[in-house]
Amino acid sequence: MNDAVVKAANPAAHPVINPVYRKRLLMHRFGIVLSVLAMTFGLAVLLWILGTLLVKGVGGLSVAMFAHDTLAPGSEGGGLRNAIVGSLMMVGLSTLISTPIGILAGVYLAEYGERNKFAQVTRFVTDIMLSAPSIVIGLFVYALYVAKVGHFSGYAGTIALSLIAVPVVVRTTDNMLRLVPNSLLEAAFALGAPRWKVSTLVRLRAVKAGVVTGVLLALARIAGETAPLLFTALNNQFFSADMNAPLANLPVVIYQFAMSPYDDWRALAWGGALLVTFSVLLLNILSRTVFSQKTPT
Amino acid sequence: MSAHPSVAIPDAAVPGGLEAQALAEAEAQYAALRTTMRTQRIQDFIFHKVTLVFAASVLLVLMGIIVSLMIGAAPAFKAFGPGFITTVEWDPVNENFGAAIAIVGTLATSVIALLLAFPISFGIALFLTEICPVWLRRPMGMAVELLAGVPSIIYGMWGFFVFAPMFADHVQPFLKSTLGTLPIIGQLFSGPMMGIGILTAGLILAVMIIPFISSVMRDVFEVVPQVLKESAYGLGCTKWEVVRKIVLPYTRTGVVGGVMLGLGRALGETMAVTFVIGNANKLSWSLFAAGNSISSTLANEFAEASTPLHVSSLFALALILFAITFVVLSAAKLMLAGMSRKEGTK
Repeated sequence: MNDAVVKAANPAAHPVINPVYRKRLLMHRFGIVLSVLAMTFGLAVLLWILGTLLVKGVGGLSVAMFAHDTLAPGSEGGGLRNAIVGSLMMVGLSTLISTPIGILAGVYLAEYGERNKFAQVTRFVTDIMLSAPSIVIGLFVYALYVAKVGHFSGYAGTIALSLIAVPVVVRTTDNMLRLVPNSLLEAAFALGAPRWKVSTLVRLRAVKAGVVTGVLLALARIAGETAPLLFTALNNQFFSADMNAPLANLPVVIYQFAMSPYDDWRALAWGGALLVTFSVLLLNILSRTVFSQKTPT
Repeated sequence: MSAHPSVAIPDAAVPGGLEAQALAEAEAQYAALRTTMRTQRIQDFIFHKVTLVFAASVLLVLMGIIVSLMIGAAPAFKAFGPGFITTVEWDPVNENFGAAIAIVGTLATSVIALLLAFPISFGIALFLTEICPVWLRRPMGMAVELLAGVPSIIYGMWGFFVFAPMFADHVQPFLKSTLGTLPIIGQLFSGPMMGIGILTAGLILAVMIIPFISSVMRDVFEVVPQVLKESAYGLGCTKWEVVRKIVLPYTRTGVVGGVMLGLGRALGETMAVTFVIGNANKLSWSLFAAGNSISSTLANEFAEASTPLHVSSLFALALILFAITFVVLSAAKLMLAGMSRKEGTK
């Protein structure tokens, strides 16, 4: 239809001419544009950070970084080998500790937590611990362990990281288990299976992928944590695999090197930052795509 | 049942022997079944208790944190009394400690972060739920979530080495020449333009909490019943009007809950703030000035604190931080719980 004809015939009825409608339409467009701008802003910042890491980090990323240990300032050719190994040890051990604890606690919440005050409180506390300041956790482990033993150690760092990882695993396990359809459980009960078998061999198995997602998310969360390690694992300039002594770890080394006035240290810090960020983001993406599972079937 | 030999019909011709045998067999089976059931009941009991212990460990850790912080903070509160919270003084050399500088720094950076993050997160959530084409939703949503995955220390390095210099050269002069000339809020935007300081820390925090707030908002926006929205569209509402007058009022508590969750995150954020806040123990009206937050004070001083009173004062700071975040996060959780009940009744 020809627009001009309609306008001429009935100007008041035509939406574009109507001043009230024009105002509403303007408002609508304004809102949409702002929303798109907000999204663009988010993406731009992400790309800006990743771009910075690539530009500044690729220079520091080399074979030497993986082959050599951190050195005193001024000496040629240091690397991050001790820090990488230390981080892997602590993060690995924390995952081993927090996975069973988190899964069992999650099983309890899903299995016995329907109309149960204790479970509701636990769920609430888990949610709070999920966002609690990680530096306070570090302080807690310091007071509980480091101050008692008398020295910083890899074990203390591991405990701190585990405390951060457990709520993540509990939360995802609980959420995933509650998605399992009741009919599946009832079928298993009808076959005479006891509750623990239904809960582990049927219910937990049905959401295996979801639980793995939770563990990966926990891993991603603790791999980049710095604050709780500052007063637990501290740092170690030399290569050490002794968990009962101060242990070098990537985040704290990055922090110290980035704050230092030496250019070669800063370059190493950027290399380490690139390594940490891309591993963490890779874990995030993996957990959300490969192992993602919305509803168990 | 017919497959079961023990319940086969006994032969009528020989009543005594076979019947007794069948009875004995049935009894034996019953006994066996009872044993199995008993063991299963014991297993279930153990299973219940074991999982209970692990669930209780989470509660135990929380209580442990509170108790250990209180024990650690006790000497400081004994020495300075409740005035510790309001004293504007942090002097490790003369052993004079007060929490006001760090508390103000923490609150100021978090409020700046919220003021900026709220509208942007709202825009992102709106984009992801209403505007974005369906095939783009997942990748876009994931990109925003990746922003939450970037470790805190990386934000710190980026903020310190990339953002702050740019901010000092381009944005701060602009802010000073525009907002800085206004009568009252002018003093907020005055002072030396170093790039680092309270305002920069607030900006970095804003970027860090955007993914948390927007993901909560997106989740609660999806709870709004389709019927409500369709009715509004049917009346001729624009998309913006539907969001403003249907979606937002319906999800108000959830949105506030998401904002509180972001606030809780911002309050406790450590490494990023430590890099860019400037670490100066003084109070200033200028947002350009360097300051200190509770978490950055802890990160900077705890490992080097030598006197017991210094250590204890740091514990007291941590206790205050934990108490504030606990209250904020609890409020967020309660609001979001109200929201998910709504989801159940839709």
